[in-house]
Amino acid sequence: MTITEKIFAHGSGKTSVSAGEIVTAKVDLAVIQDALGPIVYEQFRELETPVWDVTKVMPVIDHNCLHGTMENAAIIDQTARFASDFHIPAYGNMQGVSHQLAIESGRLLPGQIAVGTDSHTCTYGALGAFSAGIGSTEMCAVLATGELWFKVPRSIRIRVKNNMPDRVMSKDLMLKLLAIIGANGATYKALEFCGETIEAMSMSSRFTLCNMAVESGAKNGIIAPDAATAEYYREIGVKLEACAFPVSDPDAVYEREIAIDAAALEPMVAVPFSPANGKPVGEVAGEPLNQIIIGACTNGRLEDLAVAADILGGKRIPRNLRCFIVPASNRVYAAASNAGYLAKLSEAGCIIVNPGCGGCGIQMPMLAGQRCLGTHNRNFRGRMGSPDSLVYLASPATAAASAICGKITDPRAI
Amino acid sequence: MSKIALIRGNVLDKLGDHIDTDVMTPGKYLTSYEPAYLGSICLIDLDPGFRERMKPGGILLAGVNFGCGSSRETAPIALKAAGVQLIIAKEFARIFYRNALNIGLPCITSEEAAAVCEIGDDLEVDLESGLIVNHTKNGSFHGDGIPQELLAQFEAGGLFPYLKARLRQKREK
Repeated sequence: MTITEKIFAHGSGKTSVSAGEIVTAKVDLAVIQDALGPIVYEQFRELETPVWDVTKVMPVIDHNCLHGTMENAAIIDQTARFASDFHIPAYGNMQGVSHQLAIESGRLLPGQIAVGTDSHTCTYGALGAFSAGIGSTEMCAVLATGELWFKVPRSIRIRVKNNMPDRVMSKDLMLKLLAIIGANGATYKALEFCGETIEAMSMSSRFTLCNMAVESGAKNGIIAPDAATAEYYREIGVKLEACAFPVSDPDAVYEREIAIDAAALEPMVAVPFSPANGKPVGEVAGEPLNQIIIGACTNGRLEDLAVAADILGGKRIPRNLRCFIVPASNRVYAAASNAGYLAKLSEAGCIIVNPGCGGCGIQMPMLAGQRCLGTHNRNFRGRMGSPDSLVYLASPATAAASAICGKITDPRAI
Repeated sequence: MSKIALIRGNVLDKLGDHIDTDVMTPGKYLTSYEPAYLGSICLIDLDPGFRERMKPGGILLAGVNFGCGSSRETAPIALKAAGVQLIIAKEFARIFYRNALNIGLPCITSEEAAAVCEIGDDLEVDLESGLIVNHTKNGSFHGDGIPQELLAQFEAGGLFPYLKARLRQKREK
């Protein structure tokens, strides 16, 4: 079995499952964000049933953060009232993006199953867990029963070898993979990342890979837990039994294997209007920019802000450019502050924004004809404002280099 | 004979590939979750004529990766509220497909039908077997019907009424 199949076998109480099978599995963590929460909460109240396990539910206010309008104030109030009325012990009240809070919480362990109302719930696969986005009505069923049906996905193995060149990050690897397989290249499948490059990769970089699995249509992204995973849990104060780590069997069946040579990677930029429209940065270098966003659940961790601070430290961004820094959580914000990164970025002219979904959604809107380059995960038409605005996706290194020049810039040239 | 009634209707719109849920219900307009409101903003930026063309009972055709991106359930709710009775696409994105069936909006995957059928065609569709009959062009196509495991839920009108009934039964036992 693959690691994903093993997790479903365990979660559904079976000795083995195979791809294509529909199973009902127990959920270990259910994450609900504020933008899609109201449909969950209103319906759930109508069921007049208790939450199956309040310790496994994590409501988070991250999308409307800051909330800004009376309509949004009413939306976030629903999350607060749900948490209070149903006695949920912990909820994220604007302290970060749900995904970052979930992976920092230690409440999801390797081999477990998480679902969330946000499509980027797939991020947690980097912990060696299964995690996927679901709809609001499905979440209502999870809250009531603690389980959900899943079709066990076929797996595509992404094998990556060699070291990545200087200023090339895991975001570039993911944009390259998306460009190879397309926006529907893994529909309903599991993307399993492996190989020496992945083994040598930090957890932060691994989260970036799994975060964008959904942009290929994948159900989940997953990486076998290893020493780096164990170290990550140690850092967040959770002791793990290493022997419990699920890994794919040598005879596991894969639908397809894609080999990528990391040494040959270049900084990539996904041009409008699809994350799968990745091109080497040289092809779009020089495009003028109005706005840059460094952060989000894709690339708003300490490692990302360190790269940005390293490139932007001592520099000054052009006056006609807005460069937002959006740490993924309060914990990241505090660490970046202690490390001096936020001061460097602030002195360079960047705008340090509170942790949350901020720029990736609707809170830093773009006018027709304006261009934004961000480290987030989606550049669909109109997602950030006018349907005639243009959004480019890239790594924190490319974003920081571009911030110095006010136009798309190859970070290797800085 | 299928347990679910056959659906008959006219194709009232045909969309392309990779239509994401952001364009179905753009975040900047998501100030209410009322179906009627969501129907009124459906595809507002991408295809301003959609709400004019789509009428109650209409069938929508689409290309590959329909409903990709955000997990927002507002997207299928908006399409249903705008009048869409059935979607036939070459391929559906995973979360959208589940969301649509969960709210009682049937989706049939048929590469051939989605490619060949056109706006104005009169279609009759067996949701269980996935058979699509085009009365206008006198042809028929095979599609993937609603999975057996989900038929009971679909007959109940969607996941929520199904769940409600199941919980009630459990309480009465």
